[in-house]
Amino acid sequence: MTHAQARFARFVLLACLALFGATPLRAGEAAPAAEDPALEARLVEITSELRCLVCQNQTIADSHADLAVDLRNQVREMLRRGDSREQIVAYMTARYGDFVLYRPPLKESTALLWFGPALLMVAGLAVLVVVLRRRARLPDESFEPDEDMPGPNPAAGGPTA
Amino acid sequence: MKSLKFLIPLVLFGVLALFLGAGLKLDPREVPSPLIDKPAPDFKLARLDDPATTISREDMLGKVWLLNVWASWCVACREEHPLLVEFAKRKLVPVYGLNYKDVRADGKAWLSQHGNPYEASLFDEKGKVGIDYGVYGVPETFVIDRKGVIRYKQIGPLTPEVLRDRIEPLIKSLQA
Repeated sequence: MTHAQARFARFVLLACLALFGATPLRAGEAAPAAEDPALEARLVEITSELRCLVCQNQTIADSHADLAVDLRNQVREMLRRGDSREQIVAYMTARYGDFVLYRPPLKESTALLWFGPALLMVAGLAVLVVVLRRRARLPDESFEPDEDMPGPNPAAGGPTA
Repeated sequence: MKSLKFLIPLVLFGVLALFLGAGLKLDPREVPSPLIDKPAPDFKLARLDDPATTISREDMLGKVWLLNVWASWCVACREEHPLLVEFAKRKLVPVYGLNYKDVRADGKAWLSQHGNPYEASLFDEKGKVGIDYGVYGVPETFVIDRKGVIRYKQIGPLTPEVLRDRIEPLIKSLQA
């Protein structure tokens, strides 16, 4: 190991120490209200069905974005006040639209979302049935003979691998 | 008919390409706001430059105005700011700022450094009003009409095109 490499290694080690050393401190700051486990459980239950607007593939429950932290605090406050789940969800959709819901409501604009997969499956099955029935009606001569079976015309057998 | 069967994959590919092409032009970060054409949420906030004076939603009724959400920590705000300064100089509408989750001193310093296009900035330290306005990507800009109804929302920095093609015509029709 050259001198420069050794210095670099020491730098990386220090950087890692700094990073991992700092993390627990921050985590301690971020969770101010662990005093009521039942409320926290309910908070997680509700916020894990709400989408974080900033990092859209995370829920508000597990995002570290500032806005998600604020919204968690907001939900916590509402729960403490005794608001119901419906009230909290209404609060969120009034501000951010149905987009925040990981379980979007069933309505005209979301019908395709809800029924699209089923429609695709039905369409696929229909195509399959039609193709199979058509093939079932075809005479034997329209199929290539299987290689390991003596076909009606062995001399003209399929390609040999 | 049967001879055209080989075209099916090509047609499927074409349809797929059209969908994907349209998808490229969409911005998944742009969430349609449920606030459009709804009354602007209530607020009552102190001015950034004067903690003793507050401005509320009622104070703004009767005029068409722009609410621009900004913060000194927001990098994209710096990008749109010169545009806003220019726009405010034309005095088409009063532009108000919502200084979102900022430190008062930082916000004031930022304005004196980059120019102040705002009639006043509302100081939303905790971001509560921001949440009520569904703010999730600073900068954001709202056009609010005389009755206090939100008519347009821009998420992310303003561009000359958005100002010219969307906001200005809208303001003119609202003021007419």
